[in-house]
Amino acid sequence: MADFFQMGGYALYVWSAYALAFVVLLINWLGPYFKHKKKLKNASDFYLLNREQEHDTSA
Amino acid sequence: MSTLNSLFFLCRRDVLIAFRHRQQALNPLLFFVLVCLLFPLGIGASADLLKAIAPGTIWIAALLAVLMSLDSLFRTDFEDGSLELMILENQSLTLLVATRVFAHWLMTVLPLLLLAPIMAVALGLSSNVLIILLTSLLLGTPVLSFVGAIAAALIIVIPHNGMLLALLVLPLYVPALIFGTSAVNNAALGISPEGPLYILAALLVLSLTLSPPAIAAALRTGVSQ
Amino acid sequence: MMQWFHRMASPAWFYRFSGKLIPFLILTFTPLLIIGLYGGLVTAPSDYQQGDAFRIIYVHVPAAWMSLFIYIVMAVYAVITLIWRIKLAEILLISSAPVGVGFTILALATGSLWGKPMWGTWWSWDARLTSELLLLFLYLGVIGLYRAIEEKRTASRFVSILVLVGTVNIPIIHYSVEWWNTLHQGSTITLTEKPSMHIDMLIPLLMMAIAFKVFYGISLLIQARAELVEREFNSRWVRELVEENSDG
Repeated sequence: MADFFQMGGYALYVWSAYALAFVVLLINWLGPYFKHKKKLKNASDFYLLNREQEHDTSA
Repeated sequence: MSTLNSLFFLCRRDVLIAFRHRQQALNPLLFFVLVCLLFPLGIGASADLLKAIAPGTIWIAALLAVLMSLDSLFRTDFEDGSLELMILENQSLTLLVATRVFAHWLMTVLPLLLLAPIMAVALGLSSNVLIILLTSLLLGTPVLSFVGAIAAALIIVIPHNGMLLALLVLPLYVPALIFGTSAVNNAALGISPEGPLYILAALLVLSLTLSPPAIAAALRTGVSQ
Repeated sequence: MMQWFHRMASPAWFYRFSGKLIPFLILTFTPLLIIGLYGGLVTAPSDYQQGDAFRIIYVHVPAAWMSLFIYIVMAVYAVITLIWRIKLAEILLISSAPVGVGFTILALATGSLWGKPMWGTWWSWDARLTSELLLLFLYLGVIGLYRAIEEKRTASRFVSILVLVGTVNIPIIHYSVEWWNTLHQGSTITLTEKPSMHIDMLIPLLMMAIAFKVFYGISLLIQARAELVEREFNSRWVRELVEENSDG
């Protein structure tokens, strides 16, 4: 088991590489996900606000 | 008016305008000289070191000078609307564009080639290498002009582009730079410079034929916005 | 058939379709990744010369392949944008760019991490590394150019031209190890010949490559949905979507 983590002495390089890969994948997943959520929120704010204004003017 | 006639007319127009605004063409030249002269001052005047970096320095200075001159290629005509007129009037935008870039190279970049030998001597380059340097610049600077013109056309609708032009142009310039300097470095080492020079010639042919359509497409897109 | 294409090009339809597709892609990606990682880190035998350091290959090579693959896909979208002006192609084009940046950086960085123990240096200006770095600049240029132009349809056309002009870099990267004397090793895996790699080492590599491709799909779809909502802000389907979400 310890052997696995040691990676024959190259532990620093190998695990850094895999950690970096993990980070890149995570950013590429979460980044667009939150961006999508934000765009949806922008749109909903815009349209729901307009709807309120319509209600106000018609009332 | 036949196509060849109209192209000649356009070339003459561009050359005349460039001549009347000579100060604008002077800027890249001054920049070129400045960079070449600053290197010995900054690095220290060890003759051997200077001789070793001379080819690269001159090439880089020329590259940066061309980069500086690119913005003025299409911008003035775009902003006052004459570009749109030219596009509408001409059957072949590709040929018009090629002529424009050629005229630009003639007036702005060719003078660099005249100054290059002086800079080379200032940096300690030996005279037999000088011929190769001039050849590489003669083959390579049109590549820089034509490929740079693509980037200039792409950013034509962006008013304050600053570093974007440099970012776009950098990947496209690197091959010419590498082969140009490689040819001169080879000559300085006594190895045959033929290989890189041939590749540079191939790059020249490729850029002369492939970049005008790309520039034309970009200009059309910019004007039609 | 043409009707299907027209439907597919409709932003509203694509938005709904991609929403349903993403969970499936995630379901495909996860086992591939886990098996690939397990194969690469545990099962694959240690390399004779490089020891366990060679295991970096299981992220480095798939990342490098992806950096090239995504650019080629972008070039295809660019052609579609310029010839047929299909909005969806424009969106997929620009949505792919950030993913490409990520993989290119990953390829360069993992390459450095592999190079330091193996070659003794973090970096070398040889043909392959330099051209891969240029690829990174091309990707960044694409994103920069798109962001700098307000009118997005025009921006997409400009970006398409840029992508196509930069395509010459791809064969340079690929053949750089054949054309020049490079520090980087030559190709061990080609389409036409038997790979010179041991099969136990090869299989996890291929699994990781496929996993990364699926990942690209997932990332692309999410990015595209975000971009779609932003660009189609004023359209009826976005309005309906928003109202659906708020009532539900």
